[in-house]
Amino acid sequence: MLEVKDLHYTYSTGLEALRGINLTINNGEFLAIMGQNGAGKTTLVKHFNGLLKPTTGTVLVDGINTRDVSVAKLARNVGFVFQNPDHQLFSETVEEEIAFALKNFGFEESVVTKQVDWALNLLDITEYRKTSPFMLSGGERKRVALASILAWDPNIVILDEPTIGQDYQQKEKLQQFIMQLNAQKKTVVVVTHDVEFVAECNPRVILMSKGKILVDGIAEEILTDPKTLIQASIVPPQITQIFLALTDLGLPSNVIDVHEATKIILNRLRGKL
Amino acid sequence: MILQNCNKLADHTLDVITTKNLTYTYPGASKPSIQDVSININKGDFVILTGPSGCGKTTLCRCFNGLIPHFYNGTLDGEITVANLSVVSHKIYELAQHVGLVFQNPENQLFALSVEKDVAFGLENFGMPRDEMRKRVDWALQMAGISELTERPPHELSGGQQQRVAIASVLAMQPKIMILDEPTSFLDPLGAEKIFDVLNNLNKELGITIILVEHRLDLAAKYANRVVVMDKGNVALAGTPREIFTSEKARLIGVGIPKVTKLYQHLKKNGLKLRNVPVTTQDIVNLLREILKDA
Repeated sequence: MLEVKDLHYTYSTGLEALRGINLTINNGEFLAIMGQNGAGKTTLVKHFNGLLKPTTGTVLVDGINTRDVSVAKLARNVGFVFQNPDHQLFSETVEEEIAFALKNFGFEESVVTKQVDWALNLLDITEYRKTSPFMLSGGERKRVALASILAWDPNIVILDEPTIGQDYQQKEKLQQFIMQLNAQKKTVVVVTHDVEFVAECNPRVILMSKGKILVDGIAEEILTDPKTLIQASIVPPQITQIFLALTDLGLPSNVIDVHEATKIILNRLRGKL
Repeated sequence: MILQNCNKLADHTLDVITTKNLTYTYPGASKPSIQDVSININKGDFVILTGPSGCGKTTLCRCFNGLIPHFYNGTLDGEITVANLSVVSHKIYELAQHVGLVFQNPENQLFALSVEKDVAFGLENFGMPRDEMRKRVDWALQMAGISELTERPPHELSGGQQQRVAIASVLAMQPKIMILDEPTSFLDPLGAEKIFDVLNNLNKELGITIILVEHRLDLAAKYANRVVVMDKGNVALAGTPREIFTSEKARLIGVGIPKVTKLYQHLKKNGLKLRNVPVTTQDIVNLLREILKDA
């Protein structure tokens, strides 16, 4: 469980990035954090694995105050995948990259090998195991970064903009995969701008703006409320945009899913087709 | 607003890209990243370049501004001309006067100590008079929505802010061809839409040729007149957005069909065929309004 109590964070430059965040994320929950650039999303999640410590307030990970433990210690439970994979990757080959943390955690060689194979396969990068991460495309590097975290099977997985640079098929896979992680009762926290991705996963969503939480609810409510979304620089999903433009014809405004949209339109036309 | 400071762009006879059997292999790589790419980009086109991760989009873009072969070495075969200049026999700085590239990762592009200096850098290199440079820089910062970041060091900015700086530094050059490799990936949706609107204005009002590498066709489709789909180092398909979004081949390659077009397909499968294939939300809103208003 992640508990954030009255968290304020000010960077050394004087920039007040977080201004009083209160948030509880329960075990097994799937949360998407959305909001405008500079709203404090990444600053917030960097507190979840102790990369940043609160200026004031507290962050508890499974009851442990992040001030009292090292990032390395928290990392066993909290896996963090950075927005920019280049901030994370450093090894000579993909395989070594994925094995690195496992070795550091002191897993046996046979376990390391097994987990590396599993993660390579999971992220569809087995063919690159002997390749340098820096020879790969942006989207592929992102998957290497993901694989290297998931390999040690943390309970809480934090993904900062996981869909960036991913093509459609990889995104679909990633989405299924995130849902699957969540189905295994892992806590998943995703920072994302990708409204279509959030619309398809329908997780709990918080919208952030200027270092504060604007609103907290389920995707279906939040993504269909254009007045609140605009404050966080978010544009509704395409399906919602269509329905919002047709409310004068009596269509509902809270639709995010293409299948539901199809059903509603066909119902309206029943007997006329 | 967008027309100010742009009188130097009258000559659009050069802004075109042609490649013939272009093949390139990175140093030390076992196989080419792009192979036999033959493509024509016309002046004034707004092209979306898309395709699966690792299909060669970024490599092709690096050929368009001469980073390949001048910076990356490797082996380049076939022909490529940009703005009537052979890329192989012209230096990067000569090509840079015609074509600007916004990198996928803004950190690879930014280096100066302030945002303003980064945006002014290319203009300084062209020896532009100070007054004009000032105007251009201010204009570019405003267009990219970062006027308030002028004095900030780029490396302290967020990913999205850095991306805007990278865009501004290319905008400031007002090249005839702009290539943008997933330029809005770190931006919030409203910020992305604003950048696309700027690109659209540059394209429609000034005839600047835009090549946009993008997976998120939901966001970009309404601006483009052509979509080029790459797969495994080749151009697999090219056509209007409507043609591509309804193409079975595009679907099999894994092109992300916008939700708008998907809704059309779902309705069609269930017996409701709209009289046109929608590409934008406005398209489908109009089509649905027609049939729903009497229902």
